Amino acid sequence: MNAGEIARLANHRRADVITMVQRAGNGHTGGALSSLDILSVLYYGVLNLRPSEPNWPNRDRFLLSKGHSVEGYLALLADCGFFPVEELRTFSQAGSRLIGHPNNKVPGVEICTGALGHGLSVGVGMALGAKRGRDAFRTYVLMGDGELAEGSIWEAAMAGAHYMLDNLVAIIDRNGLQISGSTESVIALEDLSAKWRAFGWDVTEADGHDTSALLAYFHGLQTKGRPHCLIAHTVKSKGLPFAEGDPAWHHKAPNADQLHAGYTALNVEGVAWA
Amino acid sequence: MSKQSARIAFTRTLSMLARKDPRLFALATDSRGSAALDDFARELPEQFVECGIAEQNAIGIAAGLANTGKKPFICGPACFYSLRSSEQIKIDLAYSNSNVKIIGVSGGVSYGALGASHHATQDVALMRAIPGLTVVLPADGNQTEALTRGLASHIGPVYVRMGRGEVPDVYEKDPPFTLGKANVLRRGSDVSLIACGEMVYFTLETAKLLAQNGIEATVIDMHTLKPLDEEVILDAAAAGAVVSIEEHNIHGGLGSAIASLLAQRRPTFMRILGLPDEVLYTGTSAQVFNHYGLTPQGIAQAAKELLKVRKDEPVYYCAGSEHFSQ
Repeated sequence: MNAGEIARLANHRRADVITMVQRAGNGHTGGALSSLDILSVLYYGVLNLRPSEPNWPNRDRFLLSKGHSVEGYLALLADCGFFPVEELRTFSQAGSRLIGHPNNKVPGVEICTGALGHGLSVGVGMALGAKRGRDAFRTYVLMGDGELAEGSIWEAAMAGAHYMLDNLVAIIDRNGLQISGSTESVIALEDLSAKWRAFGWDVTEADGHDTSALLAYFHGLQTKGRPHCLIAHTVKSKGLPFAEGDPAWHHKAPNADQLHAGYTALNVEGVAWA
Repeated sequence: MSKQSARIAFTRTLSMLARKDPRLFALATDSRGSAALDDFARELPEQFVECGIAEQNAIGIAAGLANTGKKPFICGPACFYSLRSSEQIKIDLAYSNSNVKIIGVSGGVSYGALGASHHATQDVALMRAIPGLTVVLPADGNQTEALTRGLASHIGPVYVRMGRGEVPDVYEKDPPFTLGKANVLRRGSDVSLIACGEMVYFTLETAKLLAQNGIEATVIDMHTLKPLDEEVILDAAAAGAVVSIEEHNIHGGLGSAIASLLAQRRPTFMRILGLPDEVLYTGTSAQVFNHYGLTPQGIAQAAKELLKVRKDEPVYYCAGSEHFSQ
């Protein structure tokens, strides 16, 4: 699938997200929208998966370490055929398996996440398992930038470099905001690129909403002997003009008017499943 | 009486199994020495992963390896795994149902002289409260060997706690072992003694002391703390007096598990013997046990006191508890 088509579909998934969150009355709108182009590029253009056989041993592994961005993840899994899109109606409803953070009872979800700082360690284990098993699949881990304050991330960063896991890609959704405000005011992350480099990673920075650049990055990974880190610069709540860049939308649901304003901004008529 | 260290028995068995099964992995956290994994690491480097002093990361790595079809055993001090990485155990292993075995070595007060930082005396309470996790405390080296063989084919997350030093054999070689099925080692009708881990041997010795005083005790090895073998405990309560013995804080461990069951199903006079809820006396584990009466003499004394209390207490009726009619 080409970058333009992925960008178009990403906006449809954004419409899924705001619809899910509006129906549920709660959800992590901001981070789900900032990471949606990255997720869409991965699911529509990069990951080697078999939705009808979710545990196919040679599948690429994807981990949503920033588990609170679950809405976009679920919308993509549904659209790719891991479960019926109509099930998105049950998001955050009592008893549903589509809950507020990823759980691996949902086909396509590898492991439960939600507490921050866990995903990269698990990703190191998957990539190391592939190396030791001479398996060709890659492992991709999407993290939030605020999440990088968790010490376990840096334990995993050391291990990934130590084991020279060039089959591991860490992606940072660098939207610059966390629940209390800007990442730099909460706990400064910069110089982030230098930190990852110092830990032994092959670091690239890109526009996290440029599907063409993202596709080129993932398909062009060449460096051997080092794990890869993509710092993807994004805008929190991307696609909703009234919410973009506002930390209040980290965990906030649109009302009905905002939902329709969102559809208009996304150039989407609505969602078929709702 | 022969003695052996459970952790040595574990590593010996794991190495033997791993030579035949390339999916069996051992992970360490700079704990090759404490977990006795040096030989494994040398002989099977492709099945060994050193994670450094990073217990949280190590549990996550184990979960990732399990996702790729490996069967990881992560081996290091119980005090660090059970607390430092308890969230990873909860989410990456138990919630996610990852096929990972945690081997917590030097548990309880094995590191008694090193101070409270190195005591693992809350681990059972923590691990028991995590849904989906199996919790096991083997009694000796022979049982550890049988347990390790069982774990290699068991699917699902398990927390195992064992001690550091040599302990007397409770079992002959190749004892029968089933997860969740307690072993009744001795039968007596006056009092039931239920123990786990290194306390099982002391408890058998206790029964001998009590027999000299005309008191016949049932002795049960409750090696699996979760899932708990409820039937064997309910049967044991028929004696009318139950003493639990564990190398653990008196809160949340074996005694609490038994008391919770009996209070709801078959109220029974009980004593919970373990380590008090305080910063513990330090010394070798034998010295710590002596200090707190976790010895055959101390356990026997507690059992006798319980039998006396039971005799002196007024009889009362308790619905569903047929054995209270004296």
